[in-house]
Amino acid sequence: MKISFLKIISAFLILFTILIFFLALFVDKRYSTETIVGKQIDNFEIKFLLSNRTFKKNDLSKDQYHLINIWASWCLPCKKEHPTLMNLKKEKNLSLIGINFKDKKLNASGFLKELGNPYDISLIDKNGTSSIMFGVYGVPESILIDKKHNIVLKFIGPLSTKDYKTILKLINEK
Amino acid sequence: MKNNFLIILICLFSFELSANENISLETKIFKNLRCIICQGQSIAESNSDFAQTIKIVVRDKIGQGENEKEIYEFLSEKYGEWIIYRPKFNFVNSFLWFSPYIVLLLGGLLIFKYFRKRKQ
Repeated sequence: MKISFLKIISAFLILFTILIFFLALFVDKRYSTETIVGKQIDNFEIKFLLSNRTFKKNDLSKDQYHLINIWASWCLPCKKEHPTLMNLKKEKNLSLIGINFKDKKLNASGFLKELGNPYDISLIDKNGTSSIMFGVYGVPESILIDKKHNIVLKFIGPLSTKDYKTILKLINEK
Repeated sequence: MKNNFLIILICLFSFELSANENISLETKIFKNLRCIICQGQSIAESNSDFAQTIKIVVRDKIGQGENEKEIYEFLSEKYGEWIIYRPKFNFVNSFLWFSPYIVLLLGGLLIFKYFRKRKQ
């Protein structure tokens, strides 16, 4: 049986189109963390929440893990994850850095006064531009950094019990 | 035949280049950035918080003297290449870049063969 060239090309074009659409159905690149995890954090300089001093990458200690938590007083899921952060505060191997995102100082202070302050270092990102450095989409988000200042994990949304256990396992690993 | 095809390709590319030159750098970058948290909107079109922040970052970076390529590199490093509408030209993406031309050629060939067969 002779298969014509015309039929081969037609079949190829149809299959190619179907394949592209089929593959596209399974692609969801929104909220991807794969590009940032495993990389060294970039140099940053962010203002402290309650003073005019700035905190830089070089100020990060090298004997502890760091959990950078991006939060805001107007964010309800941040309230939901707050007890988890309070529990993480008890871990000696972990330093918590809170970056207050697009918020008012007064509201941020009120939030911490009311619910407790889990952070060892509290910073403020008034217009949200410093958080872009950490590939932030919104609040809350958390980034776990190892002792060599590499990004180990990134959590989008409030920290769950599962996330809490994952963090504990990682920071207590030898 | 070969020369005609090349001329058409060059015309298409030059038309696109001249159109882009008229748009300001800032707008051009905004239009080429995807608002990742939105449904099918670019940073230029979106009023979301995320888009507003990206706009500030892009303006700051232009102000600091960074060029378009450097800005795309910075943002794709943080959010992945997905944030850029026009994918980079590299080995991995080469199929993506060339496939429209391949499909165009095959389609043309298909039409040519079809009409030749009908004529016969």
